[in-house]
Amino acid sequence: MTSRTTRSLAQRSLKGRQLAAISVVAVAALGLAACSSGKSNAGSSGTPTSGGSSSTTASASQPAPSGSSAGGDLNGGKPVTLTWWHNANTDPGKSAFQKVAADFHAAHPNVTINVQPFQNEDIKTKIPIALQGTPPDIFQQWGGGALAQQIQSGKIADITQFTQSWIGDLGKGAAGWAVDGKQYGVPYDYHVVGFWYRTDLFQKAGISDPPATLDDLLSDITKLKAAGITPIALGGKDKWPDAFYWENFILKECPQDTIVSSLNAKKLSDPCFVKAGDDLKKLIDAKPFNSGFLSTSAQQGAGSSAGLLANGKAAMELQGDWEMAVIPPLTSDKQVASKMGFFPFPSVSGGQGTPGAALGGGDGFSCSTKAPDACAAFLQYLTSVPVETELIKANAITIPSNGKATDAIADPTLKKVLAYLQGVTYNQLYFDQYMTAAIGNAINDAVSNFIAGQGSSADLAGTVAKAASQ
Amino acid sequence: MSTQSRTTTRPGEPGPGVGPSGEALGPDRAKVRSGPRSSLRQRTELTILLGPALVLFVGFVLVPIAVAVYYSIYKWNGFGPLKDVVGFGNYRRALTDTVFLHSIIHNVIIAGLSLLIQLPLSIGIALLLNRKIRGRTFLRLVVFAPYVLSSAVTAVMWSLMLQPGGFIDHLSKAVGIGAHTWLADIHIVLYTIFVVASWQYMGFGIVLLLAGLQGIPSELREAAALDGATAWQTTRMVILPLLGPTIRIWIFLSMIGSLQLFDLPWIMTGGGPANASSTMSTYLIDKGFHSYEFGYGSAVAVILFVICFVFALLYQRFALRRDTQGALTRMVR
Repeated sequence: MTSRTTRSLAQRSLKGRQLAAISVVAVAALGLAACSSGKSNAGSSGTPTSGGSSSTTASASQPAPSGSSAGGDLNGGKPVTLTWWHNANTDPGKSAFQKVAADFHAAHPNVTINVQPFQNEDIKTKIPIALQGTPPDIFQQWGGGALAQQIQSGKIADITQFTQSWIGDLGKGAAGWAVDGKQYGVPYDYHVVGFWYRTDLFQKAGISDPPATLDDLLSDITKLKAAGITPIALGGKDKWPDAFYWENFILKECPQDTIVSSLNAKKLSDPCFVKAGDDLKKLIDAKPFNSGFLSTSAQQGAGSSAGLLANGKAAMELQGDWEMAVIPPLTSDKQVASKMGFFPFPSVSGGQGTPGAALGGGDGFSCSTKAPDACAAFLQYLTSVPVETELIKANAITIPSNGKATDAIADPTLKKVLAYLQGVTYNQLYFDQYMTAAIGNAINDAVSNFIAGQGSSADLAGTVAKAASQ
Repeated sequence: MSTQSRTTTRPGEPGPGVGPSGEALGPDRAKVRSGPRSSLRQRTELTILLGPALVLFVGFVLVPIAVAVYYSIYKWNGFGPLKDVVGFGNYRRALTDTVFLHSIIHNVIIAGLSLLIQLPLSIGIALLLNRKIRGRTFLRLVVFAPYVLSSAVTAVMWSLMLQPGGFIDHLSKAVGIGAHTWLADIHIVLYTIFVVASWQYMGFGIVLLLAGLQGIPSELREAAALDGATAWQTTRMVILPLLGPTIRIWIFLSMIGSLQLFDLPWIMTGGGPANASSTMSTYLIDKGFHSYEFGYGSAVAVILFVICFVFALLYQRFALRRDTQGALTRMVR
């Protein structure tokens, strides 16, 4: 759980997995009309319908609410105020989201959105408490096992009927926000995890191509160390960056079926899971990490792992696409973006992992039961091509959930990441989010302890079953 | 606690000023209880004075405790109905979980170090600052300043100074200790946090002790001097014994603070690495909010409460008793 949170901490709320991009079903956005069944254009109350058109025709600079569920019909035309909790509590995300809310209100005057940004760690503790009482009407949602637990509160709306006509635009990734085939949330961006590296430091150490295998990686680590460069920055204090390593090794060692069925059975008994731990041990034994990595945070300040990379104090970091948004504020080097490169997690010899597998996730929002149609319409608007295009341009998101908005990505490195994402056939949600919170947290703790030198590979693989039994 | 509740006035009782077992009651109390005629006024007064506090205490202390006890017998993730009763299962799990047991030990280590290191240091500095030295006011201010900072600010500030290659590393290299990963070394991290906690809280203890020192009449010191006592003898035989009540209060506050220690480790290390700096409170928040195990988290909270409560009761009974005499009308026998 911690993971998602902090990840997005960059507060540009980035995240995203790519799936969307891939499957980008070209179903047109005209969706909602079907659900709110034709009533929409019935000339109900003052519908200024900005542009009044489908998203595709709206100009990028003035995104109009997409779909045809025109204004006044939402919530039966009655005025309603929706409270929106999101974690983009700093700019550019904060003002970008504020503008989205204002634009939506302009198009649907009876729907007022009261925007309340929270710091990421805050929102993580506030949401479970709010779900025990009165939850906000639109709130940050990372999907997966935690979502499945949250819906037990009965306070998260099943918005399937409002989203089915357009959710296809968001690709397969949107299934991460569904439970038992029912949509309980909508992602607005996707994430994928891989190695970010400093091209200048690689050059300095005489490394021409980024490593493709674990053995390459180990030999590059030796070269970097010989050149006096810290090979890898790791934010071990936050634990989820630790877990990225183990989970990526699992994706290289175990085929998709094994991973999915084992996670669902809450028991990682296949030997490949132990092998993943052994691989990780091999990496740890090469001592590639920055000094004090066990207490280094991932994203806060120049001393964080992202900060070390930003300032050229380390050559690599295993992180999601959000890294490109996290790094620039952590250094005075204005050229830092041009020095960054990306390569997928290296393969291991003899690994049975499914080719095209990757680790990722995304950010989204869930709706309360107060006015699910209005909330869903807002999420449709938020994830429409013009709005996501704007969000990308504002650097509020990195990889949009709507595949058709990916054209707006301008950074050459991010384009590479996007291309990688589009080639991914199996994007596994981070384990800590995929499983229930208790198991997810136990996984992060266990990998963190493993990297600190405690426990064996077998203990590590046994964590899931042990946590599930408690 | 029974002590206080039993003291609340029974207007009809005879013999104002003296309890049944004959000990003197506090002077204030004796004055108030001037006879049955004032009983109505007294009740009104008590209602007005105690009412709001009582409502707050019940609403924000007793009820939450009761609710936590109730939750703690369930396996509950915080969502949906409470239906999975596990009885003492959560308690059993906590008391067999090595991470939690280590957390308790960490709390006890912090408490012990406070007694052994903070207390003598605080007394020493307080004695020093109580003398007429140049810049005394300024020095007092400097000593007290860290306490004014919020724990979050303290934690972030020290995290920055303690990071590899940071200020503390330069300092420790200069004095020959050498650089260490102060927060990343599982053998050191708890002590690092203790030092930061001392830096933050010692100022408060020193001010408390200074206030105690000011309360010692200078005549006593003069009398000791006339009798030919050395400075050390005066301190040892006169000052310290009279400082007793203040020291006992300081110990009480320090112990409770150590048992509840949360913000510094939470912000600086999150309880890590490998749980080496976890405390009962960080463990409880981690389980409750990060793992969505609110039933289990409640059980841990109840255990933490019981530990603090039992300590407080015992300390009241055995250490603070003399000091509170006069403040309470009737002591527990």
